[in-house]
Amino acid sequence: MSTVVLLALTGLGLGALYFLVASGLSLIFGLMDVLNFAHGALLSIGAYGTWWAASGHLPAAGSGGFGFVLAVAFGTATGALAAVLLELALIRPLYARPREQVLATVGVGLAVPALLSAIWGADARPFPGPRALSGTFGLLGAQIPVNRLVLTGAAVVVLAALKLFLGGTRHGLVVRAGVEDRAMVTALGIDVRRAFTLVFAIGGAAAALAGALGGLYFGSVDPGQGTSLLIFAFVVVVMGGMGSITGAALASVAVGLVQQFANYYTTAGLGDLAVVVLLAALLLARPRGLTGRLA
Amino acid sequence: MNGSETPLLTVRELRVVIGGRHILHGVDLDVAAAGVTALLGRNGAGKTTTVRGILGLVPRTGSVLLDGEQTIRLATHTLVRRGIGYAPEDRGVFAGLTVAENLRLAERRGAGEPAYGLVHELFPELRQRARQPAGTLSGGQQQMVAIGRTLLNGNRLIIADEPTKGLAPKVVTEVAQVLERAAQAVPVLLVEQNLAMVRRLAEHCVVLADGRTSYRGPAAQLLADADAMRRLLGVGRHGAAPAGAVRTEEGGV
Amino acid sequence: MTTTTQPKDPVREHCDTAAGHGRRGRHLIRWWPAGLLLALLAAPYSALPLPGLLDGPIGSPGSLQLLALCLVFGGLATGYDLLLGRTGLLSFGHALYFAAGGYATNTIMLEAGLPFVTSALLALLFGTALAALLGAVGLRVSGIGFSMVTLAFAQAGSILVARDPGGLTGGEEGRAVPANRLPASLVGIEHTVNLYWIALAYLVVTLAAVHCAVRSPTGRVWEGIKENERRVEVLGLRPYGFKLVAFTLSGALAALGGIVYLLLTGGATPQTTTSNFTLSLLVMVVLGGSGSRWGPLVGGVLYTWADHRLGDLAGSGAVAGLPAVLRVPLSQPLFLLGTVFVAVVYLLPGGVVRLPERVRVTWSSRATGRTMTEAEPAERKEIPAS
Repeated sequence: MSTVVLLALTGLGLGALYFLVASGLSLIFGLMDVLNFAHGALLSIGAYGTWWAASGHLPAAGSGGFGFVLAVAFGTATGALAAVLLELALIRPLYARPREQVLATVGVGLAVPALLSAIWGADARPFPGPRALSGTFGLLGAQIPVNRLVLTGAAVVVLAALKLFLGGTRHGLVVRAGVEDRAMVTALGIDVRRAFTLVFAIGGAAAALAGALGGLYFGSVDPGQGTSLLIFAFVVVVMGGMGSITGAALASVAVGLVQQFANYYTTAGLGDLAVVVLLAALLLARPRGLTGRLA
Repeated sequence: MNGSETPLLTVRELRVVIGGRHILHGVDLDVAAAGVTALLGRNGAGKTTTVRGILGLVPRTGSVLLDGEQTIRLATHTLVRRGIGYAPEDRGVFAGLTVAENLRLAERRGAGEPAYGLVHELFPELRQRARQPAGTLSGGQQQMVAIGRTLLNGNRLIIADEPTKGLAPKVVTEVAQVLERAAQAVPVLLVEQNLAMVRRLAEHCVVLADGRTSYRGPAAQLLADADAMRRLLGVGRHGAAPAGAVRTEEGGV
Repeated sequence: MTTTTQPKDPVREHCDTAAGHGRRGRHLIRWWPAGLLLALLAAPYSALPLPGLLDGPIGSPGSLQLLALCLVFGGLATGYDLLLGRTGLLSFGHALYFAAGGYATNTIMLEAGLPFVTSALLALLFGTALAALLGAVGLRVSGIGFSMVTLAFAQAGSILVARDPGGLTGGEEGRAVPANRLPASLVGIEHTVNLYWIALAYLVVTLAAVHCAVRSPTGRVWEGIKENERRVEVLGLRPYGFKLVAFTLSGALAALGGIVYLLLTGGATPQTTTSNFTLSLLVMVVLGGSGSRWGPLVGGVLYTWADHRLGDLAGSGAVAGLPAVLRVPLSQPLFLLGTVFVAVVYLLPGGVVRLPERVRVTWSSRATGRTMTEAEPAERKEIPAS
């Protein structure tokens, strides 16, 4: 029983990481038809930003208490800023050419991790975090690392905030409408390009937050972290139905749990394969993903 | 209407090329400063592309003057903000959004208080179904949302692309009444295949054939000329209608 | 140009003579592939040094090895472009089929003890079947969804190889080719020239296969799918089957390339399974010019050559002497690669093979006073209807 609880909560924590990356990917893709290959780079920027600030480079930020919150906020803001720059400088000039936009993000996705390892080295760096978050707590006989809970909590908060934003604000309304029919939104007199920058900022912030909290989960940061998480986030986006936040949340949990349980009860590494098999099975049964949106 | 009045919208030499294919070869049309101007033509003549070209939804060249102002270089959203309400061919209703959200999205800042009173008076159903997702509405109700959006802001021009397509006869009458009433205040460019609608609403008409303007003039004159009708639209008593003009039948309302 | 109607117009005259040169030039240009093939056939017998381009004379084993790698990747990129440039399918999992060819050959030789040729044939069969199977699943989604699914499949393959199930793949280290299973003529540095011949043969086979496939009736349907899939459906054809044929053929060519690469490098390495490997193929194709006959080949050769030389550059004294702002990024080949790629996407749409044409258009537009945009209507036609 205790093993099942530990696996379930670890799976949820991993699913939370996937969700933070996939939610932005899904929104960006749904609205703009751009598969953002630089999303892993945004995650890495967030991770390194937080690591940099928490290692004492940013005044008032640090590895404990409020200082750590400030470091995470700094990392998240850096990621959001990088995402906005990416949209304005590279994506926007290629408007209406989605293929070229994807290629440009591929280039950024290659260059940024390389730049990070050029500056801070290719090896993993230990990630400083508050002692309160590195401990464990007992639940149903299992000792659960606290960071799993932090991750899950953060993902739930982000999900709720995104839902509120999409359902309750005018900008959210524009984004939802744009996912359905971008041309019609402009035909109502709305500058949909502003929504593009906005979803990039949101997606970048969520990915950077995933980077900051992923540092807690993995205990270290390295330049390649973002890219390896990105691939599973892609799987989540396809499974969830592109452009759907709820679908992304459901698929994240499913992928995280399947991965953990399969890794434990079969050979290590088989969990990753199980996820791909799950994806193939889902595509054979429902080519449009869990929420039935057209790919 | 007399011919000396300046038109609200003047389109000259409108050309559209999509994926290397020429869709429009130079369309000329005027939308009169009052009343309904009908845009007619067989299927595939380029009516919808003309409308999309005017709005900048497809890449186009030529000249589009709105109240004497050149708009060909404007982005769609900028042009629309100058006072155009557009109800597209497929209604363009956002299926995942509620009726109220669909209308709220069309609200335009700087266009005065949105005229919900008018919209709800014309379409009381939209008030009752405000919280219903628009995708669950019937075709007629969706058309009401689409037309309602064009009436919300104090627009200078309404463009309606086949608003009666695929609707039940009763709903067609309802849509006709609304457009008739709207046209008393705002000029309307109406793309229509239903000739009874044209007969009832339009004072002027423009006929397209193969991406070019083939007729411009008073609607009544064209409708009375059986020979011209057969030549331009392929309808009439003599001989079978060509395959392209399936739905161009008189009657219905 | 409407004003230039007089026959003595200098601009007109310029255009006419340019066209005349073009005709005569084109006559010669048509034979350049044959000339290039002759040059490639003669290369191993040449002791000509190419300082800056190659380390030793052309015929030396080191140079032949690099040339052979360039040819393999030229062929591989050409096969990959069957998807991207000819059918409009953006696959992010091509590495899987390439690696399948190499790993399967090596594993069959090592575990079953079969000779090289038999192993290679079985591996080719395996790679083709794998492409057909995974393509059949992946093509159920279209557009970017397909890209993501191919990526996920390739990632699964990469993980599988890294986990080393049953000691079959050798994990992170990979496994060296068993020399005793290879024909003697393929072993040893003095036989590098034979590997060069095999690489050249692979390139010719790939070019011929792609050329024939594109010209076949199926190839015309691919072109239709690339331009507008719905229009193909309207004609009563099912794009799915045609796309699967393209995917399987492209996968088979990749598997064949993987086998040649295995011989060239003497072992199966996990780097060939990674998503970065597929992305480098994408860079090659886009760099050279997607959808053109020679573009992917040019891109593959250029990339492979630059990759080897950039590695030298990154570690060279010239870079070490630079200030930190320049030195740090330049020491990372992937950073250079990513940046160059973005630059190509922006500045060189259509790739390197379009460069001469673009230069010509720029020159003639300067001469006639026309602008680039007017002179290049083809550039603009990709804007979708909505």
